[in-house]
Amino acid sequence: MEIFTQQVVSGLATGGIYASVALALVMIYQATDVVNFAQGEMAMFATYICWSMLNAGLPYWGAFLATLGFAFIGGVVIERVVIRPVENAPILSIVIVTLGLLVICNSVAGWIWTYVQKPFPSPFPSKPFKVSLGAGETIFGAHDIGQIGITLFVLLCIYLFFRFTPLGLAMRAAAQNPVSSRLCGIRVGWMLALGWGLAAVVGAVAGMMVAPSLTLEPNLMGGVQIYAFAAATLGGFTSPGGAVLGGFIVGVVENLVGTYVSFIGTELKFTVALAMIIVVLLVKPSGLFGSTVVKRV
Amino acid sequence: MSALLEVHGLEAFYGRTKALHGVSFSMAAGGITTILGANGAGKTTTLRAISRMVRTAGTISFEGQPLEARVTEDIVQFGIAHAPEGRGTFVHLTVEENLKVGAWGRRERGGLEADFERVFGYFPVLRERRRQMAGTLSGGEQQMLCVARALMLRPRLLLLDEPSLGLAPLVVREIFRILRTVNQAGVTILLVEQNAALALDLADHVFLLETGRVVLEGPSDVLRRDDAIRRAYLGY
Repeated sequence: MEIFTQQVVSGLATGGIYASVALALVMIYQATDVVNFAQGEMAMFATYICWSMLNAGLPYWGAFLATLGFAFIGGVVIERVVIRPVENAPILSIVIVTLGLLVICNSVAGWIWTYVQKPFPSPFPSKPFKVSLGAGETIFGAHDIGQIGITLFVLLCIYLFFRFTPLGLAMRAAAQNPVSSRLCGIRVGWMLALGWGLAAVVGAVAGMMVAPSLTLEPNLMGGVQIYAFAAATLGGFTSPGGAVLGGFIVGVVENLVGTYVSFIGTELKFTVALAMIIVVLLVKPSGLFGSTVVKRV
Repeated sequence: MSALLEVHGLEAFYGRTKALHGVSFSMAAGGITTILGANGAGKTTTLRAISRMVRTAGTISFEGQPLEARVTEDIVQFGIAHAPEGRGTFVHLTVEENLKVGAWGRRERGGLEADFERVFGYFPVLRERRRQMAGTLSGGEQQMLCVARALMLRPRLLLLDEPSLGLAPLVVREIFRILRTVNQAGVTILLVEQNAALALDLADHVFLLETGRVVLEGPSDVLRRDDAIRRAYLGY
């Protein structure tokens, strides 16, 4: 029973990472109809920037916040410079551009910081929590708990921003109906760029939270991105809330399956994510909470 | 009296196709003007040209200020609201959020609640639907929302594209009744309409567009008696 609880909590911790990246994917998908294959790599790059600042002696939370600033500006710039010129190109061209971005981020990170794994600090104490649950004592990693807290906080902020601020509303409007938004005076181009910036911020948080457990290297987010795809597919690419929930589900399922299904173990955990993607696409292609897009003529 | 909107030699292009061939007209402040014409005559394109949604040549000026060099997003700053063809509803936003988006472009940020009350006064059904997703509204309600959203700008000129399209006659009559009230409250209206009989009833001035040119214009009560108009557009 203790093992089960532990695995669920650690699943929720990694699930929060998947949820954040999945949310970033969905935010961009809803605004521009593009799946940003470089989302994870952008997050990895931001994490390296944080690492450099920490190495230069900045305190953790200072570097953390500064990284969010860099990520935001980076996201906005990428949208304006790289995505904007192909905005009206066929969807496949934009997909190729984001794939190119993935490769570029990855190689540039390798070029600047090398492919040697680097330890990345956690802001949380290393001493684990001991919690008495029923019969025995269950031990939780403090980083796991902190990670869940941080990701939930970020997700909440994003929700509140989109739900309750005028700018958030304008961004949702721009994503839904660009033509009508322009007629209402909304600068649609800037709204999309802001969306990329915000998505990059959410991704950067995920990168900095996952790096302590995986150690920092240019392929840090490769696996996370696959799980995030599984999460977004499961929850539905049209539903931000669904993608977040999907992230937590994928995290927990991945952990439990790895623990209890002996032939899968840690080696085949990836396959679980891919199997989930396939099953969802076969059974309910719009995802658990997604809506089927119907275009009326 | 100087014109509110003055259009001169307006040409519009979709790619290489020319849709307007030198349209000229001017509108005084305060009235309701309608553009009549068959399908493809360029009625919607004329509105889209004013809102800078198509490439154009010629001049468009609003209260003496040129609009040609502006982008669509700027047009609201002049106090021009465009209720587009197909209603442009934000289907995944609530009715209230749709209205808030409509107020986005105006200078004065305050007084939202008073404006809600004003448009709910015109369209009481929207008050009942206030928290509902706009996509769940009926066609007529969405058309009302479209007009209401445009009014949230507190516009001086309202461009209306086919408000009767696809709606039941009763609903259309209701909407047109409200449009008259809106106009009496000081909003100048430029209306594009297929339903010539309705448009002639509402408008005080009429332009007849044929294949991208103004072929006839005048006060609506005069044009209503015009034989050509009667045969072609009123059908009696």
